[in-house]
This record gives sequence, C-alpha cells and structure tokens, in this order.
Amino acid sequence: MDISPTSATSPPPRPTRAATRAGDRIFLALSRGSGVLLLVIMAAIAVFLTVRAANAISEDEGNFLTTFAWDPNSAHPTFGIAVLAFGTVVSSVIAMAIAVPIAVGIALFVSHYAPRRLASPLAFVIDLLAAVPSIVYGLWGALFLVPHLSGVYSWLDDYFGWTGVFSYSGGPSRSIFTISILLAIMILPIVTSVSREVFLQAPKTQEEAALALGATRWEVIRMSVLPFGRSGVISASMLGLGRALGETMAVATVLSPGFVINASLLEPGGGTFAQNIASSFKESGELGKDALIASGLVLFALTLLVNGAARMIISRRKEYTA
Amino acid sequence: MAKRIDVGGLNAYYGGHKAIEDISMTVEPRSVTAFIGPSGCGKSTFLRTLNRMHEVTPGGRVEGKVLLDDEDLYGHGVDPVSVRRTIGMVFQRPNPFPTMSIYDNVAAGLRLNGRVRKSELDTIVEKSLKGANLWKEVKDRLNKPGAGLSGGQQQRLCIARAIAVEPQVLLMDEPCSALDPISTLAIEDLMGDLKERFTIVIVTHNMQQAARVSDRTAFFNLAGVGQPGKLVEIDETARIFSNPSVQATEDYISGRFG
Repeated sequence: MDISPTSATSPPPRPTRAATRAGDRIFLALSRGSGVLLLVIMAAIAVFLTVRAANAISEDEGNFLTTFAWDPNSAHPTFGIAVLAFGTVVSSVIAMAIAVPIAVGIALFVSHYAPRRLASPLAFVIDLLAAVPSIVYGLWGALFLVPHLSGVYSWLDDYFGWTGVFSYSGGPSRSIFTISILLAIMILPIVTSVSREVFLQAPKTQEEAALALGATRWEVIRMSVLPFGRSGVISASMLGLGRALGETMAVATVLSPGFVINASLLEPGGGTFAQNIASSFKESGELGKDALIASGLVLFALTLLVNGAARMIISRRKEYTA
Repeated sequence: MAKRIDVGGLNAYYGGHKAIEDISMTVEPRSVTAFIGPSGCGKSTFLRTLNRMHEVTPGGRVEGKVLLDDEDLYGHGVDPVSVRRTIGMVFQRPNPFPTMSIYDNVAAGLRLNGRVRKSELDTIVEKSLKGANLWKEVKDRLNKPGAGLSGGQQQRLCIARAIAVEPQVLLMDEPCSALDPISTLAIEDLMGDLKERFTIVIVTHNMQQAARVSDRTAFFNLAGVGQPGKLVEIDETARIFSNPSVQATEDYISGRFG
C-alpha cells in the first residue's frame, strides 16, 4: 500500500543507512558463515556420492535396477538393487501398518482416556523405549523374537499359507516379516509420542463443542481430536517410516540375507539397503564400496521421496485447518 | 419443544473450591433468562451445571437438583450424554468444527444421533440455518469450511448447529462477547425469534444486552475473592433494571461496583 503522497511523482528516497554495531556485524558474519558452510558440506557430500556411484554403475555388468545379485568384487561385477528395494519398502510398509494404529491408540489413551496418575508414567515408559539403542533391539530380536515367532508363523501358514505370502516351511524365522515386526516395535515410541503431543494440543473449545452436542467420549475424539491431529499423525508416521527405512543394526542382526525375492514374507532371505551396506562393507573392494554408495544414494532418494509425499499430504489439508 | 428448569439447592465445586453455593431458581419455558453479575460470581459455572458440562472439567463436581420438567438431570442413572442432547449450548468463542464444511457442521449433531436420510438432513440443515438467520449468506457455499466465515457468521453457525438437534433448552455463554456490534445485534434479534421455540438462558457481561433481550434476569454476586458465588435475586427484567428488591443489585446495575 502506498502511504507516502509524494512517492508517486518523485523517486523513492534512498533508505537511510542504519548505524551498525560491531557485535551485530560479527554475529551476522558468523551465522551467514554457518549457513554457507552447511551448503558447502552438503554439496561436497553430494558430489562425492554421485561420482563414486556413477563410477560403480558404469562398471556394473548386470542391470543396476533389476539384477538379483550383489557381486561387485568378482572379475565380472554384477549387482542390482531390486532385492534391497523390495526388502526395504516392504518391511517398512508392514512395520508402519502394524505400528501406526497401535501408536495412535496408545496416544489417544494417554492423552484422553487414562487418569492423570497413569498417563504420565505411561508416557515416560514410551519415551524410554525410544532411548533403547537399535543394536539392543537387534539382539532381543535375534535371541527372543526369532525363536518365539516360529510357532506364530506355523499358525499363519496353517490358515493363510494358501495365499503364498504367508507360507512357511519351519526354518529359523529370520525373515522380512520378522524384521517388519521388530521395526514396528522400534518406531512405535516415536510415532506414539509425537501423536500424543498433537492430540494434547487439540483445542478444548472444539472438544466442548462436540460434548455439548451430546457426543460420547469416542465421538468427541472422532469429531474434534482426530481431525485436528491428522496432519500430526501423518508427520509422526513419516518420522517412523524414515527410521524404519534407514534402520541398520537391528535388521542386520536379525535378517538372514539372500539375494532372492521370496513370495513368502515368512521365509528367510531378502535384504534392505542399510543392512546390505553394513553386512558387506568390510569385505568390499574399491568397486564394491562404490556399489554400496550407489545403493545408499538410492535409499537417500527414497527417503526424500517419502518426506516430499508427506509434505504434500499435509499441505493439501491446509485449507481445512486454517 | 421447550421445557421448564427448576434448580434446587445447587452447589458446584472445582476440586476443593466451592464455586457456587445453594442456588435455587426457576427458568420459564419459551422465554429468555439472562444471568448477570461481576466476574468470578459463578454465572458461567452455574450455566454449565444445567447441561452437565461442569463435570467435564477435571475436579468438577455438582450437588443438588436440576429438574427439567420434573426429571432430575443429576438423578441416579441419568446419562450426561443424553442430557446434553436435550440441552444445547453456544459458547463464548465461536467454535465450528474447522475440518467440516458449513453443511457438515450443522449436520454434526444429527449424525451423532444415528443415520439420517440425506433428503431429511438437507431439510433440517436448511431449516436450522434459516432459524439462525444465516441461510441467505451461506446457501451457495454449504460445502466450504465453516472456519472461513466471519466471527459473527461462525457464531450463528454454532447456533444453527445447536438448534438442528431440536433441543429443549438453549444455553448461551456470553455468545456475543467476541463479536462486533453489528454481529451482536444480529444475534440479539435471533434470540427474539428463537424464544418462540426454545427455553433460552444467556450469560452476559453486557447489562444493556440483558435489558434488551431477556424476559427475566438473575443477578449473581460473591462476597469476596475465594468465596462461592450466590444468586442474589431473579425477577422480571424490567423490575430488576428499574426497581430491584436488593440494594446490591441496584448498586451493580447503576455501576456503583463491579
């Protein structure tokens, strides 16, 4: 808006230069420098990764996207990410499917149902779960989950074996489905605590509006808490998904890897990007390391894609959350 | 459609603190009853005991009787959810459901009560919006979010939402305090229409508003900070504002305190 009556005819006056202080200048230089440094480091990493990855892919005698093998150290290097991509995406998606409903349930219980005396300790325990190092989850998975899941898998095989997805022949259950369950447990705390925070912020006025219409507790949650928390739950899930996609040690400890895609999720075999990097890094030669870098780059792109998709979902609902 | 409320010996607490003490009064059907009094005198708390919203507040507790045409709302085995379906409420700040469209906001209460046919729902939504004097302004954008309306329109949307379920009583907790004078006038006019069908109770800080819209006025006061609020008197509005029977009422109305 034009508030100066003269500026229509005369050129706008030059802004007067404000006096600057040494402290301001130093702080500006420092913060600007940090910003630039971050960009430089990011660019350096990106260039390094891309160059090494491009080198590996050009040497690949198989197809980098479709080959079911990881053999970059032989005279005829052949390697492809198909198995890794499948294992990573499938295990993470199953982990989400298991964890998110349970997490939302726990978060609602803590924020809206549990008496205050129970709610705070429960929230504390959940946060504590997030602090357990992933290798500990891995050990627990390998030593407790794997032997105990055989029975469950046999049961699944009995009733759902005909689908092919749940057929199980009785070996050690170091399979994609086992790591999915383990990942679900690992992402449960982060999804729960972020969702709980969002649900607690649901405006009281909305809840009262629903109550005054004669809504039951569940209806209040459905009408005012869940719509308010929706984008928060999506963000929480994406945080969890990001963790599941990149989880390394727990998966490497539990999974019995193999470069095959089993129709059955209960049989051993398969792999994930992060697990494959951790498992094969030490025995890799120059080209082998470059190949692993290439696969890491794909994982990075995948994570970026997931985050972008989440942002789109959230912003599409902006109109209604104004 | 409108019922009488008889309150007897009502106390309400927040934890250990007694907020209102020993209130007894009768609210006549098909009329507007206004509650006035200084801040903290418990008039809003009392209003919220009438549809069992007070006990939703952590530590909220009520003793005494509230009879809706001889049925005790605090009787044994009475479900607070069904009480709130019979006694609607409009709040100080307009609070339409932000994720719902205008149409869905009005239909929200009906959908709680079970499945309603679409055609029937359309009729009720239109009737309620007309009843809230909002139909002409929103009929072309029923599917737009309710949060996109102006403050006064949002408050009328909340009134439409409350009357859509055909309550016996409509409680209004300072419904105009967040609105500009023109929107306030619109809502005051609306109250004149609504009292033909509903029993209306309104809490207000604005004494002119009480004088303009209400048939009967109740004056609440408290002896001091931390003391429970009490009902000083309730009478015909004209009498309260011209010749009240208690000196404190006259002092408050003439601006000598509060």
